[in-house]
Amino acid sequence: MPLEASNGFTSSDGACRDGTREGTRRGRYRNRVRDLVIRFAAAITVLFGVISLVHGQTPTDALEITEIAAGVFVHFGVNELMTAENEGGIANVGFVVGDEAVAVIDTGGSVREGRRLLAAIRAVTGKPIRYVINTHAHPDHVFGNIAFAQEGAVFVGHRNLPRALSMRGPFYLSAFRRIMGDVLDGVELVAPQRQIDGQDKLDLGNRVLTLQAWRVAHSDSDLTVLDEATQTLFTGDLVFLRHIPVVDGSLRGWLAAFGDLAHIPAKTAIPGHGPAAPWPATLDDERRYLERLAADCRALIARGTPLAEAATLAGVSEKSHWELFAEYNARNATAAFAELEWE
Amino acid sequence: MTFDAMHTCALRSKVRRGLRALQVAAIALALGSSLTSPALAAEQADPWPELARDIFNGRDLRDGGGLIAIEMPYRAEDAAIVPVTLRAALPPDDERTVKAITLVIDQNPAPVAATFQVGAGVTMISTRVRIDSYTNVHAVAELSDGELYASAVFVKASGGCSAPAAKNAEEAKANLGQMRFRQFARSADGPVSGPREAQVMIRHPNNSGLQRDQVTLLYVPAFFVRELRIWQGDQPVLAMDGGISISEDPNIRFTYLPNGATRFRVEAVDTDGHVFKGEWPVEAGL
Repeated sequence: MPLEASNGFTSSDGACRDGTREGTRRGRYRNRVRDLVIRFAAAITVLFGVISLVHGQTPTDALEITEIAAGVFVHFGVNELMTAENEGGIANVGFVVGDEAVAVIDTGGSVREGRRLLAAIRAVTGKPIRYVINTHAHPDHVFGNIAFAQEGAVFVGHRNLPRALSMRGPFYLSAFRRIMGDVLDGVELVAPQRQIDGQDKLDLGNRVLTLQAWRVAHSDSDLTVLDEATQTLFTGDLVFLRHIPVVDGSLRGWLAAFGDLAHIPAKTAIPGHGPAAPWPATLDDERRYLERLAADCRALIARGTPLAEAATLAGVSEKSHWELFAEYNARNATAAFAELEWE
Repeated sequence: MTFDAMHTCALRSKVRRGLRALQVAAIALALGSSLTSPALAAEQADPWPELARDIFNGRDLRDGGGLIAIEMPYRAEDAAIVPVTLRAALPPDDERTVKAITLVIDQNPAPVAATFQVGAGVTMISTRVRIDSYTNVHAVAELSDGELYASAVFVKASGGCSAPAAKNAEEAKANLGQMRFRQFARSADGPVSGPREAQVMIRHPNNSGLQRDQVTLLYVPAFFVRELRIWQGDQPVLAMDGGISISEDPNIRFTYLPNGATRFRVEAVDTDGHVFKGEWPVEAGL
């Protein structure tokens, strides 16, 4: 209904209608849907076959975790793209245990990773999971959410997270289905019931987490989580270490955030990707890369270089410093160039 | 020739058909992700023959090799911003001219990305598009004798967390309709009377209309620049009928032949009926 009312053409050009061609198009979509239903039925049949074959295998072997500080646990993701083999386990995910309850920070790139994180938590504590916090909308951080739906936890995220999930979620689901196949079975997008605007605190029982919602930087829904007790900071993807930073929000916004980021009273940071490291020195490599990228793009724009060519040039001097450089640098340069053209 | 004459039923109906495809896609999304995902793009038959029939009313398409070229990266690095350059070149002994170029992204929800009506000296058009999937991209040039010539390239979808969506929706909204016009310096070895290059940029979210509002559970209506026209003095240089496959903040770079006019004029209209206008002096000294 709202689509009909909004396409802007419904009342103006009835004279252009061509019933036959529309009929063909409708028929095409009917056929597509019918094909999909057949494929879906076939997939279900195969799935049951596979399930009965591997029945002996435990589906919830716990993720490997490290206790970074007292009561702060992290599973470090691998520096790769999400694949069926790594089950989407490329981002750092973790949890903090208070006197009364547990908070989960990001849930991984598949339901399976989410379940394995839950198993890791249960191996440490039987306390209820009170909060599931998503640091932003990217699939490697939110695809495991549904694994925690039965725990009665409140989902927490940036006030922009619902919008980001709705704008991008369906695309992520279909794009990663193509790459990861049935490893993505069961993924559901779970929007946060509690939305953070500015700063907020969550209590786990004598243990307070300070949440900070950021203006558009790495993405438009970045949230950091500081464990006050141990001064451990979960940065989400506002910080990358070793894994090349990914610009999916605003390069200028990200560079502008460094001042405030560095003031967070933390001792140790857990980046969204990469190893834990002393804060705020953790920021240095990323800041150098992003400043290089911005300077290169500005020079190329001033010279009149077209975007396609600029994307192959900006930031390339940083190549030796980063993992996954080939996978992301041209993409970063493209986004940065398009943004900085408006300066 | 006026731009108004260019806006024929056929053009509008193309965009409308794209929107209808969009609606079907939106309904599929509403039915659940299981319907939209498994191998839809990868395994379905080549949509081009039917698309071509739909878009060009069953007219014959000749091989555009050597006449219309598409430059795109083999891999779409950022799904939201994929640069595409169209170059048209007729053999020197061919007296026809290029009238229009239609850009089609076969696997996108609204495949017709844009139709460009081209004026004198417009042999290159560069813009940025959204790419949803592994797809063929077609450019179809219509010549002054009415013949159609088609070329194609294949583009791989981007990896990672790249999505064909706005990166900074609030900023796009806040600056709606802002325009920039840039004229590039002529290459040092070209003739003074030769083609020049310019670029138009306009701030617009160019929403696809596929997103679902989590609060109202209704689909956000499509909201995009549907027409953009550029004049040199009173002479049309380039016009675009665009759709939602054009990236946020539409950006068009093009060549043209200077006609002695002193001003450039640009006018854009979006789907909500907003009209955005700008005027800039021709920088003769460049």
